[in-house]
Amino acid sequence: MEQYDVVIVGGGPGGLSAAYSAYENGARKILVLERDRELGGILQQCIHNGFGLHHFKQELTGPGYADRCIALIKDKPEITCLVDTMVLEVKDDKTVTAVNPEKGLFTVQGKTVILTMGCRERTRGAIRTAGERPAGIFTAGAAQRMVNMEGYLPGKKIVILGSGDIGLIMARRMTLEGCKVQAVCEICPYSNGLTRNMVQCLYDFDIPLYLSHTILKIKGKDRVEGVTIAKVDEKMRPIPGTEFEIECDTLLLSVGLIPENELSRVAGVEIAPFTNGPKVDQHRQTNLPGIYAAGNVVHVHDLVDFVSDEADIAGKFAALEAQGKLAPTVQTVAVRPVDGVRTCVPQVLHLPEGGEATRLFMRVGAPARKVTLEVKCGGEVLVKRVFPVVKPSEMITLDLPAAKTALMSGEITVGLKQA
Amino acid sequence: METKVMNCIMCPMGCEMTVTMEHGKFISVTGNTCPRGAKYAEQEVTDPKRMLTTTVRVHGGLLPLLPVVSADVLPKGRVKDCVDCLRRVEVQAPVQAGDVVVKDILGLGVDILASRDMESVVS
Amino acid sequence: MEFFRDTDVVVIGGGIVGTAILRELSKYDLRCLLVEKEPDLAIGTTKANSAVCHAGFDAPTGSWKAKTNVRGNALYHELQDDLDLDVKWCGSYVCAVTEEQEEQLRVLYDRGLANGVPGLKILTGDEVRKEEPNLKTARAALWAPTAGVLWPFGAALAFARCAVQNGAQVIRDCAVTGFVKEEGRVTIVQTTKGAIRTHFVINAAGIYADRIAALAGDTSFTITPRKGEYILFDKTAAPDLVWSVVFPCPTKTSKGILICTTTHGNTFIGPNANDQEDREDTAVTPAGMDEIIAGARRLVPNLPLGAAITEFAGLRAVSSTGDFVLGASPVPGFLNAAGTQSPGLTSAPAIAEVLVEALGQEMVLRRKPHWNGRLPRRKAFNKMAPSEKQEAIAKNALYGRVICRCETVTEGEIVDAIHEPVGARTVDGVKRRTRAGMGRCQGGFCGPRVVQILARELQVPVSSIVKERAASRLYYEKFAARVPEEEQ
Repeated sequence: MEQYDVVIVGGGPGGLSAAYSAYENGARKILVLERDRELGGILQQCIHNGFGLHHFKQELTGPGYADRCIALIKDKPEITCLVDTMVLEVKDDKTVTAVNPEKGLFTVQGKTVILTMGCRERTRGAIRTAGERPAGIFTAGAAQRMVNMEGYLPGKKIVILGSGDIGLIMARRMTLEGCKVQAVCEICPYSNGLTRNMVQCLYDFDIPLYLSHTILKIKGKDRVEGVTIAKVDEKMRPIPGTEFEIECDTLLLSVGLIPENELSRVAGVEIAPFTNGPKVDQHRQTNLPGIYAAGNVVHVHDLVDFVSDEADIAGKFAALEAQGKLAPTVQTVAVRPVDGVRTCVPQVLHLPEGGEATRLFMRVGAPARKVTLEVKCGGEVLVKRVFPVVKPSEMITLDLPAAKTALMSGEITVGLKQA
Repeated sequence: METKVMNCIMCPMGCEMTVTMEHGKFISVTGNTCPRGAKYAEQEVTDPKRMLTTTVRVHGGLLPLLPVVSADVLPKGRVKDCVDCLRRVEVQAPVQAGDVVVKDILGLGVDILASRDMESVVS
Repeated sequence: MEFFRDTDVVVIGGGIVGTAILRELSKYDLRCLLVEKEPDLAIGTTKANSAVCHAGFDAPTGSWKAKTNVRGNALYHELQDDLDLDVKWCGSYVCAVTEEQEEQLRVLYDRGLANGVPGLKILTGDEVRKEEPNLKTARAALWAPTAGVLWPFGAALAFARCAVQNGAQVIRDCAVTGFVKEEGRVTIVQTTKGAIRTHFVINAAGIYADRIAALAGDTSFTITPRKGEYILFDKTAAPDLVWSVVFPCPTKTSKGILICTTTHGNTFIGPNANDQEDREDTAVTPAGMDEIIAGARRLVPNLPLGAAITEFAGLRAVSSTGDFVLGASPVPGFLNAAGTQSPGLTSAPAIAEVLVEALGQEMVLRRKPHWNGRLPRRKAFNKMAPSEKQEAIAKNALYGRVICRCETVTEGEIVDAIHEPVGARTVDGVKRRTRAGMGRCQGGFCGPRVVQILARELQVPVSSIVKERAASRLYYEKFAARVPEEEQ
């Protein structure tokens, strides 16, 4: 069985960044396994710009960002990338079994493993709609791949359900491709996308946005012919009498993303509630020793830059562990989101002597203005940061200096306070 | 005097701003929190600009499409014309990220660049 | 007149009944042919029903329904190995939740005995709950050990493939538009693909059987479509539901809203029963959902509705005669296998025997000496042992490329499903044959890839690939779509 310092499952931005970071931190035999025909993951279909301002200090397109990640690891004999390769099983003994047409079925042994499988889209099952099951219903990401990489359009008259960024970006894309985007329909009373995307993807093209609306019925037996939409009340229940029909031949669903953790579950990785990803420490180590996770598989990110940042951490500590250089833990601290903070990664800190500088990645439950984020331990505020505005769609971060973490024990809470 | 309400896109604050204009000329802005907002508001009402990303056909590459991006912002009103122009453009692999696909598109002084490498594939 | 086929028997309709008949016919020295109007077999009533292989105590003793049900059930037990059927003999319960219903169980039990159903037993509520702990309301139940669940599409495809390997033909995308008679006898079938000369026609056209019969001049029965709606649950919900087939006490119009876990491990509840005019409307309705949820709650009070993954509806072909319409019709040369609502799926192989016997009254049938009733085995990649996987990839590298990651379906399996006899031509056809797209992501990831594989293997443009029926086109060419004349 072939041995590696680090085996990385997934060759998207998370996997590539982790590979480079592992290399930079001394790992000398690194394997990246990617199921698609090329590296880069979902970035390759995100042809719009707006990526990379944080991580590469330069505004890039999705494929441009992927190219940068690939360039960092290309031509390094220490890093092997296998594309067209599907990982079938990861075991807690850090063996990874995969298959591809050239090598067939094979198993490799990692000193450490990093899970960077990304996330997948919620499907029609997530919404309960009456009607038939016609062709013409696509997840926004599946349609994006066809339009931007394969050269096909999913239809000509489009309704988009969900105002997350993928939905908004697709509204613009389809319009530029000559399709008519009839409406974007959002069940929440606020958009789940970035303001910039609202302006440049919807307002620029006069595409109507129906907030607090949902789709009740899909019309059409063979191909979508239209949708019935209705206003919802504050509990998101449709209000009778508010129904109206919109003609369309295509319904694109942008109703959320779910971390892709089938392999993790089978391996025995503990999955955290709310994030639906592995529970990790500040090194992105899961509950299984030597198995790390980073990026959208841990929690869904808004910016790929944060995926890279997080993968850098996982890659670094996986490499250090593979070399036996990981500092021993002297203090274990649980991190608990409270008061308006919905999720926080890492969920646990394994602190060495003297503490360790750590960045917390959080999402809030509802939009708010002028709030203070407080990290408390035993009632005492250790670190705080003021945010002029927070939104559920945008991740927020907070840096804990090593000296502050050295003061922690038992449990810390992270919560919002009205400033 | 006319007014226009818009959302600022310069930061996550997303301030709602009201711009006052007279005969199409920018007069003032309220609702912004910082000078960047004011600058954006003026630009947006007088000469709005946008980046453009789309795809062109590529022959002999791993994929049938090559993603492209404008080297700089373009007048918002000309974005659709540029997309129509690019729909007729075809290139041959290999292509390297940053290669000029169309020089000075529609005489607007902006080049259209390949967003990524596209290796050639012998079929 | 030009004929594109010259045959002895034409079977109209490629559902479970038509395919079973074609297989039975293929045992004899006959030129036989099945025509199906859709791009795939078994996408009408066979696609959306309860998938139950009934024991046979429901129908009135002596009726076609009763006779063919009990015989059909026995035949599936015999055929399951040869046809490699996906079937689970889990038995069924009819639950009584009131004292009145307990008496009804006795009536069903007696009728079952008269119909020849083996092994029937009345159990107490506690005995039932030993096997099905979630049936909290059951006071007693009729236990039928011969009942089971089978995969209807798989069975229809197996019947068709068995027939084809013995020389029968299946033509899809081929709708019957009329008949030509000579001296009162049907001799020519006109279809959208051309005329077929034949000696006999067997009508197994399901929901449209009365229309087809009328085209031939037989107006002896009519068909009413009866809609049944269902809710399907994720596999994880089965422990909160049932493992077998559980019925309430039947009503006049139906066997009631049942709860059943399929051979794939997903539990469903349904169907309701609403007669309608429309022969195409299989839309799910909010009222229907409420009705089946209420019905299922009478058996399992705590339904795990959060685990529901999809809803669907199907139409049953209810005949005006109150029973199956089987055998010779008033029109010479024209036979019916019609009105095959429940227990049509169970009865299908027995109906096939009845029809062939009826044909034998009108012509001499000779058995083929070398009829092969056994289908080649096929194992899904994800069920293979590592060494089998290795071997499959060594033989065909496409088995090393996983297309559907939720169900681990490989490109090799998809290509095989396209090129096998009566192979897949549509995305849903691939899904039914390989499970690609049936998993959690519901084809979000593999759907476009399946379209591209279909286009490549069938050598047609991607834009011509459909999801299910001819009008269910999926994608448009991005560049061609810009030409304003196109499709205007």
